[in-house]
Amino acid sequence: MSGFLSYVRRNPALGVGIGMLLFLLLFTTLGRLFVNPLHAYPLSVMPTQPPSAQYPFGTDVQGRDLLAVMVVGTGLTLQIGAIAGAIGLSVGIVLGFVAGYSGGVLDTVITSVIDVYMSIPGFLILVLIASIFSKVDLGVTEMGLIVSIVSWAGPARAIRAQVLSMRERPFVMMSKLSGMGTFEIIMKELVPNLAPYLVMSLSQTVYGGLQASLGLEALGIGARREPTMGMTLYYVQYYSALMLGMWWWVIEPIIVIVLVLTSLVMTSFGLDEIANPRRRKTV
Amino acid sequence: MKASYVVRRVIFLFMVIWTAASLNFILPHLTGRDPIREQLEQQIASQGRPAKDAAAMIATYNRLFGLDKPLWEQYLVYIKNVFRLDFGFSMMEYPRTVMEIIIARGKITLPFVAVGIVIAFIVGILLGALMGWSRSPAWISAIAIPPLMAASSIPQFVIALLLIFFFAFKIRLFPLGYPYPLDMTENWGDPQFLLQYAYHAVLPIMTIVIVEASGWALGMRAMMVTVEGEDYTVFAEAKGLKPSRIFLRYMLRNALLPSLTGLALRIGFVITGAAVAEAYFNYNGLGARLGAAIASFDYFVIYGIATIIVICIASATFIMDMIYPLLDPRISYRAQKG
Repeated sequence: MSGFLSYVRRNPALGVGIGMLLFLLLFTTLGRLFVNPLHAYPLSVMPTQPPSAQYPFGTDVQGRDLLAVMVVGTGLTLQIGAIAGAIGLSVGIVLGFVAGYSGGVLDTVITSVIDVYMSIPGFLILVLIASIFSKVDLGVTEMGLIVSIVSWAGPARAIRAQVLSMRERPFVMMSKLSGMGTFEIIMKELVPNLAPYLVMSLSQTVYGGLQASLGLEALGIGARREPTMGMTLYYVQYYSALMLGMWWWVIEPIIVIVLVLTSLVMTSFGLDEIANPRRRKTV
Repeated sequence: MKASYVVRRVIFLFMVIWTAASLNFILPHLTGRDPIREQLEQQIASQGRPAKDAAAMIATYNRLFGLDKPLWEQYLVYIKNVFRLDFGFSMMEYPRTVMEIIIARGKITLPFVAVGIVIAFIVGILLGALMGWSRSPAWISAIAIPPLMAASSIPQFVIALLLIFFFAFKIRLFPLGYPYPLDMTENWGDPQFLLQYAYHAVLPIMTIVIVEASGWALGMRAMMVTVEGEDYTVFAEAKGLKPSRIFLRYMLRNALLPSLTGLALRIGFVITGAAVAEAYFNYNGLGARLGAAIASFDYFVIYGIATIIVICIASATFIMDMIYPLLDPRISYRAQKG
């Protein structure tokens, strides 16, 4: 632990990022002990109340307690990101390792598919897919699954590049010579060496997934019943909260979104320093 | 520039447009939804149209839109039309064609997005270059980096909301929304109208600049650090050139190259981001129209807008690929060897 602390002193971005993430997780878990999670849904409290002793964060037009919305919504929003990140990274790892390690025709095919796919803005694909479900009641899990459709290409390309450079290193040659199988080399030699890079990829993929889901929700495509941050902002726009002078309803979800996204960026920035020792010297 | 390089890029351009067009075609068909039936049934329910001839009307409309043909035939017609930029008629605004709608709405969206991208790029590059230069004072980086990291990591529409909150709601410096005053008609020849459009576009442009410039500044800063370690910079310093000359002609020019490639790729993100932000500015541009088309499931408008955006991005990337070897002679050198 003290080793970690002294490392964080040299790498403040990582410390700040992880600290903020922990804070958000505590906020959404411990917060449930202090608020009634059901108050995050419409018609549960008095509508349109400014922040007061009873409702420290105020309430919205539809009668949600915004403190409860923030507590529950932070968790739901992180959940969308986590699902998209986990799926996106898993697919990315498989494709990246297959393409990078096997090389040849397979590599060319996978790389060109990724290149073409990445030239189409993921958001447009998501809008099209989401429009299919516009009549269906989406849940948070479904949102995560939808967003993961576009979150695999980035990690796949990045991991492929890393595997490609690692494949030719002496220690991999050594294990090949000593008769290790391909799968064993990947699991025992490549993955441990790429671990910090993979964790960084994870936080980037979660970040990308969150960005995409927020964009969709801002257009009103998403888990309409759930108080996620994106849906909250959609209702802010839908009910013209600013025209009504309800500044608290606008500012609170923005603060949470900024915290969530910045913490992920800071974390991956800090992990980048572990994964790329060269950065330590130059920056 | 080698011919094979050009051919490869042209093939890639067509692959991207073809893939996007096919996705556009396939995805809505997976739903099993029938847009014409939905639309008619809605009209029957809300406007009291007689229901008895509905089946015949649906069949007639399907024939008019070519939706009664087998799927593969629809697909071939569709792909052929995409490459002629013909997306057919809108179902909701019949008899307007999709292309008419795209042009009418694009007029609202394109000017502010284009101006935003240009300003953002210039501001971002200069700021990043200054931050990455070892001669500039350290406090510039110390002050600028945290807000830049925050600004580059949040979606455009969040910045849009913040700007509306402070500049339009709190101090009332700029309008709360709409591309031009509601009592004005859209007339692009009228200088008064242009002035109003520009005034209303200040906040949307600022939104794009804040998000995009911070991303470019951070990338540029990293590149400057790399370039500063290169031999030619060391050599220029050893020759005793003026620092300003080293900065502008040796470092900035070289560090700019990756950002230029990024520019073409970013355009897609800016347009889709602006499409979402448009809703918050009450702009009736391309993005808002796409949202409306999704809500009413207007097949052809969804196809059209999505495809036109992809075509723009793919073409921008293609143009950038074509001029890149001119900007960086090392690329064409490598192409000749390999």
